[in-house]
Amino acid sequence: MVYFAKWKMVLVALVCVLGLAFAAPNLLSEEDAAGIPDWLPNQKINLGLDLQGGSHLLLEVDVASVTRERLEAMVDSARDGLRGESPPIGYRGLGINGECVRFTLRNPDDDSRARQIARNINPNTELTSEGDTISVCLNEQGKREIATAAVQQSIEIVRRRIDETGTREPTIQRQGTDRILVQLPGVKDPERIKELLGTTAKLTFHLLDRTNSVTAACGPGRRPPPGTECLPSADDKDANGQPVIYLVKRRAMVRGDNLVDAQGTFQDAQPVVSFRFDAVGARRFGDVTRQNVGQPFAIVLDKEVISAPVIREPILGGNGVISGNFSVQSAQDLALLLRAGALPAPLVILEERTVGAELGADSIQAGEIASVLAILLVIVFMAAAYGMFGLMADVALALNIILITAMLSMLQATLTLPGIAGIVLTIGMAVDANVLIFERIREEERNGRTPISAVDSGYQRALTTIIDANITTLIAAVLLFQFGSGPVKGFAVTLAIGLLTSMFTAIMVTRLMVVTWLHSRRPKKLPL
Amino acid sequence: MRLINLVPTDTRIDFMRVRKLAAVLSLLLCAASIGLFFAKGLNYGIDFRGGILIEIRTEQPADMGQLRSTLGGLGLGEVQLQEFGRDTDVLIRIERQAGGEKEQLAAVNTAKEALGDAVDYRRTEFVGPKVGAELIEAGITAVLLAMAAMLVYIWFRFEWQFGVGAVVALLHDVLLTIGIFSLMGLEFNLSTVAAILTIAGYSINDTVVVYDRVRENLRKFKQMPLPDLLNLSINGTLSRTLLTSVTTLLALLALFFFGGEVIKGFSFAMIWGIVVGTYSSIFIAVPLLVYMNLRRTGLIVGEDDDEPATENPAG
Repeated sequence: MVYFAKWKMVLVALVCVLGLAFAAPNLLSEEDAAGIPDWLPNQKINLGLDLQGGSHLLLEVDVASVTRERLEAMVDSARDGLRGESPPIGYRGLGINGECVRFTLRNPDDDSRARQIARNINPNTELTSEGDTISVCLNEQGKREIATAAVQQSIEIVRRRIDETGTREPTIQRQGTDRILVQLPGVKDPERIKELLGTTAKLTFHLLDRTNSVTAACGPGRRPPPGTECLPSADDKDANGQPVIYLVKRRAMVRGDNLVDAQGTFQDAQPVVSFRFDAVGARRFGDVTRQNVGQPFAIVLDKEVISAPVIREPILGGNGVISGNFSVQSAQDLALLLRAGALPAPLVILEERTVGAELGADSIQAGEIASVLAILLVIVFMAAAYGMFGLMADVALALNIILITAMLSMLQATLTLPGIAGIVLTIGMAVDANVLIFERIREEERNGRTPISAVDSGYQRALTTIIDANITTLIAAVLLFQFGSGPVKGFAVTLAIGLLTSMFTAIMVTRLMVVTWLHSRRPKKLPL
Repeated sequence: MRLINLVPTDTRIDFMRVRKLAAVLSLLLCAASIGLFFAKGLNYGIDFRGGILIEIRTEQPADMGQLRSTLGGLGLGEVQLQEFGRDTDVLIRIERQAGGEKEQLAAVNTAKEALGDAVDYRRTEFVGPKVGAELIEAGITAVLLAMAAMLVYIWFRFEWQFGVGAVVALLHDVLLTIGIFSLMGLEFNLSTVAAILTIAGYSINDTVVVYDRVRENLRKFKQMPLPDLLNLSINGTLSRTLLTSVTTLLALLALFFFGGEVIKGFSFAMIWGIVVGTYSSIFIAVPLLVYMNLRRTGLIVGEDDDEPATENPAG
């Protein structure tokens, strides 16, 4: 087809102009690019963490522990419900069994009343009974809701904690059912953030149980009385070097949810954390402290007792201070965690990839050198192999690079180091389509066709080959994108974009040049 | 202008004559690769095995002996040290710690504390056992799916015999790549899987170009004996095959020598793959067609051919 439709010329021109426009901001500095008005393309290529430096963390929410906690709460409400009836319903063996709460009635006549209570514990449950034993089990929806809520709440808390550390532009995304992907550009040493994210920070205030002795309740093989639990001290050790154990009442007086502010400060030259309750928390704290003057209470963080002070006087204003074995940093971190709120469940760090900014800069530089060199080598080689046609292919190659840059900027795809490798690879492979066409034209001319006819049939015959050949590589790229992770995905993106743009430049752009040249010169013989 | 002619145009190399030799050679190489894979295994990176990787830069040329004793004494199991690109850069690999994710994290901290603040941490990666297992699964799935998808595509576009030939060639290339990684003890990681997939794509791409010509010639020269026809097709596409391989290799060599240490393994795999892929399209994929009872009629009937085949054989 030596004839070239008008609309195709317009299309080529349009793509070239748009390509240049979208690629152009990458030549500017960050500030200059930001100064471009919004109606013009003003986005630069998004650099991956391996190029700009930063930290990539994959976290997993321990959903099982949230489920466990929910089941414990269900046990509590079942107990309250059964005891709260008049007359109270007698039961035994109330406890958790798998994903169910189970209890056995002492008197079978209570069955219908007990079922009513069991049904009210949680809407997303199923009730089954076997003889006098009633089981309330979480159903699929109940489990899913727990997981979704836990992950969403965790994301929110993670975001708040990271924001508090002053990290710029973090990306926090849910991944799969129970995972959170955190990307922290520019963070070189994520140890502090990892530590902050590794703490659940559940703060609760409990009264101590003074009616039972700690040794009797918490010794080896003992079970604490119902409604109490044995918690170790965070710092204090007994004579044997074991953590001191406290017997605390299970029910919290006040929870960390009721905090409105927390700050790391000093008291008697010791780092402490001061806090303030909201109205509800202040009233509850006031009430309990008024009724228990002279008694000790425990400040518990993640199932460890930070301190167990004695209530000297009712604390009514809603302000308090947590003292403990703090350093300045740990007091400030605890205050930060309390301000940001508790995670619904512990987070486990599954994967970390941190790249320093210098290594990233080195990689960019190396990638640039390699790309430029690759382009030069290919350009020289093509010109040497095909003469003027080679130069046309070189123009197409240059346009190809511009289009890849433009596409990456436009789609805001992330460019990674393997992504740069993908671009370099496409530089080598991009000329393939042209090589196919030129070789074909050469051959057609050798077979006795006139230049115009040779070009025409060369393009036509090479076209199916080009498409077949590129689609197979595209299949590989798509699968890589689907199954690859992180930087490898970046490779798939540039490879796929490169294949598409190289097909466009070979089929449309070089062809336009060749055809235009044919029409203006009308050569007797092709310089191939 | 005097143009390079990589191959004299109009070659008539009798590729089919050496097909048995090539087949024996390839079979031996494939067997050796499989043998190496099972006997020596692959040097899996932390992506798959789990574990810790730390790249540091020291101010003075790194004292490997001292680093070895510092890190070796921490009780973190096997610690590998490797100079990385220059004598101040060291890559530290620490094996996966027993236990779960928490234990890995603790080991990162232990190692960093032992190294202190005097060194510059260029890279810290840790992959827990859970993610490692998933990455292996995803990698294998991707490679298998890619092969299946390409087989289906070629089957759809050509005859099944071509699909089988292409996938055998592809399998050959992948096997030999795994073989060289095992032989040289190169790190096999996520980017190696990416390289293998790309090699697969390139290998098929190369094969498809020759197959396209075979199909075209089958329609054109109905009486020509198959070996002659295959020779004609390989020779007809030979300059393209070599030219594209050369431009791709030029780009990859630039990447290998100047692209930085981090992607050296990737570039190496690709270079090897291009060389092997080019060889296999010519010496494996096409000669295989001889043994597969190509039905010529099937290719003519029902296929659209917009130009009647009237030309004589080239030359």
